[in-house]
Amino acid sequence: MKFTNYLKSIQNVSIYPLISLVIFVAVFVIVAIYVFSADKKRMEERASIPLT
Amino acid sequence: MQADTAFGESTSARFLNQPMPLPEKYFIDNKIVKQFGVATLFWGIVGMLVGVIIAFELAFPALNLGIPYTTFGRLRPIHTNAVIFAFVGNAVFGGAYYIFQRVLKTRLFNDTLSKVHFWGWQLIIVVGAISLILGYTTGKEYAELEWPIDILITIVWVVFGINLFGTILKRRERHLYVAIWFFIGTWVTVALLHIVNSFELPFGLFKSYSLFAGVQDALVQWWYGHNAVAFFLTTPFLGLMYYFVPKAANRPIYSYRWSIIHFWALIFIYIWAGPHHLLYTALPEWAQALGTVFSIMLILPSWGGMLNGLFTLRGAWDKVKEDPILKMFVVALTCYGMATLEGPLLSLKSVNAISHYTDWTVAHVHVGALGFNGFMVFGMLYYLIPRMWGTKLYSRKLANQHFIIGTIGILLYAIPLYWAGFSQALMWKQFTASGQLQYQFLETVTHVTPMYILRGIGGTLYMVGAIMAVYNIYKTMKQGSFVANEPAQALPLKAQPMPVAKQHWHSIIERKPVRLLVFSLIVVAIGGAVELIPTFLIDSNVPTIAAVKPYTPLELQGRDIYVREGCYTCHSQMIRPFRDEEARYGEYSKAGEFVYDHPFQWGSKRTGPDLQRVGGKYPNSWHYRHMDDPQEISAGSIMPPYPWLLTDDLNTSTTPAKIRAMQKLGVPYPAGYDKIANDDLRKQAESIATSLQTDKIKADSKKEIIAVIAYLQRLGVDIKKK
Repeated sequence: MKFTNYLKSIQNVSIYPLISLVIFVAVFVIVAIYVFSADKKRMEERASIPLT
Repeated sequence: MQADTAFGESTSARFLNQPMPLPEKYFIDNKIVKQFGVATLFWGIVGMLVGVIIAFELAFPALNLGIPYTTFGRLRPIHTNAVIFAFVGNAVFGGAYYIFQRVLKTRLFNDTLSKVHFWGWQLIIVVGAISLILGYTTGKEYAELEWPIDILITIVWVVFGINLFGTILKRRERHLYVAIWFFIGTWVTVALLHIVNSFELPFGLFKSYSLFAGVQDALVQWWYGHNAVAFFLTTPFLGLMYYFVPKAANRPIYSYRWSIIHFWALIFIYIWAGPHHLLYTALPEWAQALGTVFSIMLILPSWGGMLNGLFTLRGAWDKVKEDPILKMFVVALTCYGMATLEGPLLSLKSVNAISHYTDWTVAHVHVGALGFNGFMVFGMLYYLIPRMWGTKLYSRKLANQHFIIGTIGILLYAIPLYWAGFSQALMWKQFTASGQLQYQFLETVTHVTPMYILRGIGGTLYMVGAIMAVYNIYKTMKQGSFVANEPAQALPLKAQPMPVAKQHWHSIIERKPVRLLVFSLIVVAIGGAVELIPTFLIDSNVPTIAAVKPYTPLELQGRDIYVREGCYTCHSQMIRPFRDEEARYGEYSKAGEFVYDHPFQWGSKRTGPDLQRVGGKYPNSWHYRHMDDPQEISAGSIMPPYPWLLTDDLNTSTTPAKIRAMQKLGVPYPAGYDKIANDDLRKQAESIATSLQTDKIKADSKKEIIAVIAYLQRLGVDIKKK
């Protein structure tokens, strides 16, 4: 018997992959928005921290 | 006055009206970096030497000299643990302490904690190595160390964490440079992984059983195993990369924006990808699919990071031609890129069907270990040792030669093993026109043995390069004078003006280390929880196949010997649902067959054949003679002989404690069975000894071999096709 049969017995099991997808996309989008809206000069300052 | 430039545009009137604050003087602790650096080189050579020995043992099994302590099964965990936790571990600690003090402009939080960290870690390595040689192992790959050492690791890891965060809190640089984030992510995730995977029930001073069984144990183990690669061998090395590549090239990282995405995407995705180690196994299919999807997504941040490092060298390629440090970094990043492209491809089910259990995986791992980790470490040491000794590298020429010999070593290691891996897969799956398997398993072994020899030579070359590095670094130390406490100065944080401009929320996270820690923990914990919890929930629903019964006491003792000797390093116990595997080994494995397996022993490599249904395949006398001298039974076999199993007495005093431990873990032995278990054990041992006597073998029923035979004969028979 396939394992999916046992999986089906978990209540609302389909929520797990959905939660994971939503969380991942949310984090990725938020970080991307931040990164591309960030001030260029400040980014350059931060990048040069090890060299100062 | 660096801080003033960094926040120059926002200097407030409040500060203009006050006298200029004076920079504080402090001393950077170079001694701890030196200690970790020396330990890195020492354990690196030890780990590589053990690796070379076991590589040749696969071609010449007699190299273990006939003693238990030097067999492949016992030395292989020592090799992996030494290279991962001793060589790479010490390098990460040394590198982190070097970077933290310079980037955060402060001395480490506490000198005593640094010392406890250093000596505690070396103690763990020594005790770990001795315990593994003696056969004390949990039988779970890369987490073989037993429970007392697990506790010691936890303590030392906490000490490391206090020292890291203490240093961050007393820093004189407001912003946390991206390298620091990678170390924070490393610390928090390794802590989580180590704790969850070390849930075990001790039943003796040095022995325990995993709290999980079968499918769950496998999932937790590979969630751990995969993320040990991610968060012990990758994220801290990206921390090193983000500091040392810009320093060595003397230019800032190509894109700081990329590095932010790199960090969050990497720690977020990596934690989900563990199940790709268990494709086609008895693991639930949704978990396998999840592992594959996230593995493919991993290509993006991994390659973003690699390109970020390589693009940093834009306009500096003339330097790369000359500088052995930059050369090593370039090859390291290239190997990182190759391994992180290959990894996701290996997690595609169609590719995995071919690659899994073969030497392809071993080749893949070593491209990452020798190329990325090894060359990053040597490049880093070549960079920081001359600076801490106030001198130049003793011989740039020798370092360049190290680079060349090391690179040839990597190629000579990897290419034959890829070849071996493809050959194994093709030969295992080959059928004749009449529908029979074309090759005996042994033929596939002898076919790849020459490749094992070439791989051993490649590994030896790499080790020779490492020895050249030790010499070069030793001479560098001799010609310079060590600055144990390096003077430096910086403005105190309080005297630095806060930026007036409105701050973005992420900038605030970047300045708040505790929040960064908490966010990192949340991100990795979500991945772990979503992946693990459903599998635990189905605990009650795992098909308890009525025919599957707990091991008898003798079989349990035999199983523990199987674990002790590290049989899982060469033999799998997991038949995938493929035509060739069913034809060769028998019916494919079911989740319900492993419910009493603490720990699971699915294995990850088939240097020898799968053993899940070996029970009843051969007579007891075959196993007896085979263990005594495998070559006598199977000419050309590369399995070492285990004659001590025939002469050593089985320790039955542990039986009651083992039965009680299993009962606590939910194995349904009757109440009070621990008191009479040894009676059953003796009865079964006598019957095996009697059956051996009918084959003219005078065997003593008290010897370990009897228990091993009992275990092997039990494997897979519960649901064997009639």
